Amino acid sequence: MELSKLPGYLLGRLVKAAIVILAIVVCNFFLIHAAPGDPASIIAGQSGAADARFLEQLRAQFGLDQPLYVQLWIYLKGVLTLDLGFSHRQQVAVASLLWDRLPATLLLTGAAFVFALSVGVAMGALAALRVGTWGDSIITVLALTFYATPLFWVGLMLVLLFSVTLEWLPSFGMASVGVDLHGIDVVLDVAKHLLLPALTLGLFYVAVYARLSRATMLEVADQDFVKTARAKGVPEGRILRRHILRNALLPIITFAGIQAGQLIGGSILVETVFAWPGIGRLAFEALLARDYQVLMGVFFCTSVMVVLFNLITDLLYAVVDPRVEVSA
Amino acid sequence: MKDFWRNFSRNRGAVVGLVVLLAVLILAVLAPVLYPGSPWDMAGMPFAPPGEDGMLLGTDSLGRDVAAGIAHGARVSLLVGAVSTVAALAIGVSLGAIAGYLGGIADDLVMRFTEFFQTIPSFVLAILLVAIFTPSIASIVFAIAVVSWPPVARVVRAEFLSLRSREFVQASEVLGKSRLSIVIGDILPNALSPIVVLSSLMVASAILLESALSFLGLGDPNMMSWGFLIGSGRSVIRMAWWMSVFPGVAIFLTVLSLNLVGEGLSDALNPRLARNRGGKP
Amino acid sequence: MTRLLTVDSLTVALPQGADRPHAVEDLSLHLDAGEILCVVGESGSGKSITANTVMGLLPKTLKVKTGTVTFEGEPMLGLSAEALRSRRGRRMAMVFQEPMTALNPLMRVGDQIAEALQVHGKGGDARARVPELLAAVNLPDPASLAKMHPFRLSGGQRQRVMIAMALALEPALLIADEPTTALDVTTQMQILRLIREIQARKGMGVMFITHDFGVVAEIADRVAVMQHGRIVEQGPAAEILNAPQHPYTRKLIAAVPHGDAAEKAEIRPAPVLVMKGVEKTYQRGGWFGAKAVVRAVHNADFTLNKGETLGLVGESGSGKSTLARCVVRLVEPEKGEILFHGKDLRPLSRQGWLPYRKRIQMVFQDPYASLNPRRKVGDAITEGPITHGVSAAEARERALDLLRLVKLDPSAMERYPHEFSGGQRQRIGLARALAMQPELLIADEPVSALDVSVQAQVLDLLAEIRQRLGLTMLFITHDLRVAAQICDRIAVMQRGAIVELGPTAQVFGAPQHAYTRALLDSIPGRDWTPPALAETA
Repeated sequence: MELSKLPGYLLGRLVKAAIVILAIVVCNFFLIHAAPGDPASIIAGQSGAADARFLEQLRAQFGLDQPLYVQLWIYLKGVLTLDLGFSHRQQVAVASLLWDRLPATLLLTGAAFVFALSVGVAMGALAALRVGTWGDSIITVLALTFYATPLFWVGLMLVLLFSVTLEWLPSFGMASVGVDLHGIDVVLDVAKHLLLPALTLGLFYVAVYARLSRATMLEVADQDFVKTARAKGVPEGRILRRHILRNALLPIITFAGIQAGQLIGGSILVETVFAWPGIGRLAFEALLARDYQVLMGVFFCTSVMVVLFNLITDLLYAVVDPRVEVSA
Repeated sequence: MKDFWRNFSRNRGAVVGLVVLLAVLILAVLAPVLYPGSPWDMAGMPFAPPGEDGMLLGTDSLGRDVAAGIAHGARVSLLVGAVSTVAALAIGVSLGAIAGYLGGIADDLVMRFTEFFQTIPSFVLAILLVAIFTPSIASIVFAIAVVSWPPVARVVRAEFLSLRSREFVQASEVLGKSRLSIVIGDILPNALSPIVVLSSLMVASAILLESALSFLGLGDPNMMSWGFLIGSGRSVIRMAWWMSVFPGVAIFLTVLSLNLVGEGLSDALNPRLARNRGGKP
Repeated sequence: MTRLLTVDSLTVALPQGADRPHAVEDLSLHLDAGEILCVVGESGSGKSITANTVMGLLPKTLKVKTGTVTFEGEPMLGLSAEALRSRRGRRMAMVFQEPMTALNPLMRVGDQIAEALQVHGKGGDARARVPELLAAVNLPDPASLAKMHPFRLSGGQRQRVMIAMALALEPALLIADEPTTALDVTTQMQILRLIREIQARKGMGVMFITHDFGVVAEIADRVAVMQHGRIVEQGPAAEILNAPQHPYTRKLIAAVPHGDAAEKAEIRPAPVLVMKGVEKTYQRGGWFGAKAVVRAVHNADFTLNKGETLGLVGESGSGKSTLARCVVRLVEPEKGEILFHGKDLRPLSRQGWLPYRKRIQMVFQDPYASLNPRRKVGDAITEGPITHGVSAAEARERALDLLRLVKLDPSAMERYPHEFSGGQRQRIGLARALAMQPELLIADEPVSALDVSVQAQVLDLLAEIRQRLGLTMLFITHDLRVAAQICDRIAVMQRGAIVELGPTAQVFGAPQHAYTRALLDSIPGRDWTPPALAETA
């Protein structure tokens, strides 16, 4: 699309994103109310102190004696001021818990995403170029294997191989404990810790992107305009770069947007396996402790991350594809 | 039907997948015969490696037989996979059919709703649902169905949308057939093959999802499952690798075979596509 | 004249399992500079494969078995991929059938033309040459058009861009593979004239592939006729068109709609269908942004008398199909009256419509989409009557009679649509409509998707059945020759409105409206009258 129209488009998408986030908040609210038993006793149950006075105090705090829409309004106001509730188990505000854990998760998912996208698309492209040969078969089988393996199990097997047996890489945490590191060594240490988790989280999506890009490349390569390019004497390498890859990228961008949510969901499993100190690990801890406030916070936070990511992919798509405004 | 089998069996991977899948099915059916008694009971000494103490695949930290756990776990995996897929299909097909056949505002509303569900991180939502409604087979099936219907709705909508404007459907309109008989007699049979292919892949991802949930401790506390086995082996992986390795292999083989069968179905139901895959114009 | 291209005893093998061993068999032809050679044949005759072999663009699954291709004195078949590539676009260029998909949707059209220059080392000229080339194919405002993406251009404009791209390096040979088949008649005529003019100016040799003898009459110097991968006849255009020798050529030319009005029965004014003030508008655009309103049908009143065939003629987007679909409620108009024997059908409910379903039926355009692939032919024909309360046994009897009427074997009842050819399926569709014993039949482009020889059979069948059953018919077509042959009166539609309506002879002989005249001028080969040939097939 033309750059002059981008702000209007951006505004439309922002409004849409805001509506989605609002809907998620409302969803969250009704989930709490759908749970068996009233929220106060659930929360009280989690914090371990279930005496009657505490329950009353909680009811008043959440406005549970008020009509439902008033409660919803109170809840919405809270979320809008980034008040995501209070973890009675940990005695900290949920928002600050999430805030502390966010960078680690962003690092992990970001690394896994870049790894999955680059390796996956490269594998898919290679398979499409060599369609029908043994190279294609190997890539297809590899992709199918990654696709069918449970994430958390891949993590455990990598730990078994690289940490337990070979003792090459650390199996948990984000940094070495009890060593004093400075400068570049800190980065290297984190990178060493990051390698296995990112690989684990990425492998499944490598498979997804490899299959998708192989299929779309084959489809695009079959289209008329590729034949046109060939008929005007464009060399094969240039046809691949300028005509096939660019067009094949569109469904991949769309798919990356759709998959973002799953990537973040997967990080819960990976962070659990590798004790990676991110939001996913936090969710697991909250699960063990039946700390629903935190769990709700994680759900909200990850949803917002996905919405933001979708916003970015939408914009990217609009920049790459001139036809967007017609269909929007 | 004969054509279907010929096209299906031309895909060798699909045949292998079908055989493996049948094997898992038989294992699930015969579990109470092969391993009578509860898989939760102690069967030998704790941490027996595979082959020792008469345990084919070893025992866990409480001396429970891993092989028995896998056999009984197969029942849960297949059950959850099948039932939650049926539930997701029911939601997805009806919403997709409404959106695709009626079009207009109904289509808009259903699609916004579907997009919303696709935006929510599905695994996080599943965790939340199971945690809130307390872990049980019912809540797990419910959670998996709730997060896996959107792709069905999209596929069915797209099929209905394109079929609705096809001339043979218009011909049926002109013949004066009722809406219901057009949807059931003309549209649905022609939209069936992508739904069939999709559902085999959905069973696979439902099994993965169930195993992930029970790995995190959200499985039905009364049912042995593969994810639970791996989860309980996680903290002792340094001393008892077999506790996590074998159940993982079971999940992998089942999911892989379902994917292979899905590809075979796709080849058999869209023979033109399958032939094109070789690069023929 | 210099010899530009010689193809000598070319045989191209099809992959195993195809319906014949060779796509092209023992094919020889030649082309001189400054000449237009039309290669004519029906679908599957191997004409596109021939063109692709010359360009070195054969799909990998097809292999040249024997023969030579000599272009500008050099043998082409032994050349390396790189040597072929350097000739493509520079010395020989190609234009394809489908302009909507032949351009890269993500690249500006100017860049796509510039790319043709760049890959042959002439990128430096691109800035000056691109607008020049766009102007040469008569595109308005070349400078701003060059900056547009293909989706902003119409089909005709895109085809001009394709031609500009093909001409960028002034090739000696232009291969045009059905370049006007996907276009409307008026656009088709413009493109044909453009190709003719540029060819004459540059002295190019043009190999023009088509299935349409009208187009051949319009543009060809010489003609080669192909059937089942072989050339059955070739020679100067005038000879082939007016005195064809080979039985297949004779059959094809005999099948060309001659455009002569058949003898018409006298029609007494007894209105069956009256359309009054019917309007249908479509709105595009989402919740944000301006809505585009398209007036699909307006000012389209007509009366259809008993036993009469009225032709609705127009280009794509003229609203003729929408209007026809309004009659059977596949489209619901906002305004107007649809009077069937004086009864307004528009306000009726789905239920209220049911009795009229028996009396008004429709035949559709696409033989591959108009039959449910999962339903046996017998069931497809009987389900209509059964829905309306006819007993299964009687419906079956009726279906068997109808199969005989449309000249199909009774065994067809138990078979599925995919076992039939396009022409046969169209006859099944006709039988399905007739099974309801309608008095009004709406035929929406019933022969447009068929090869010309099959087209003639289906048209003859329609004419025969109409006579026999005394049907009243609304016949929609974009092909004026077909309309002239079958219709008693013609209504010409443009942008949703009927601009002219009159008896066929009058509309063709003394057109009143400017658009009608433009349409008639655009009939390809309008100066050529197909010779009267004795049926030889």
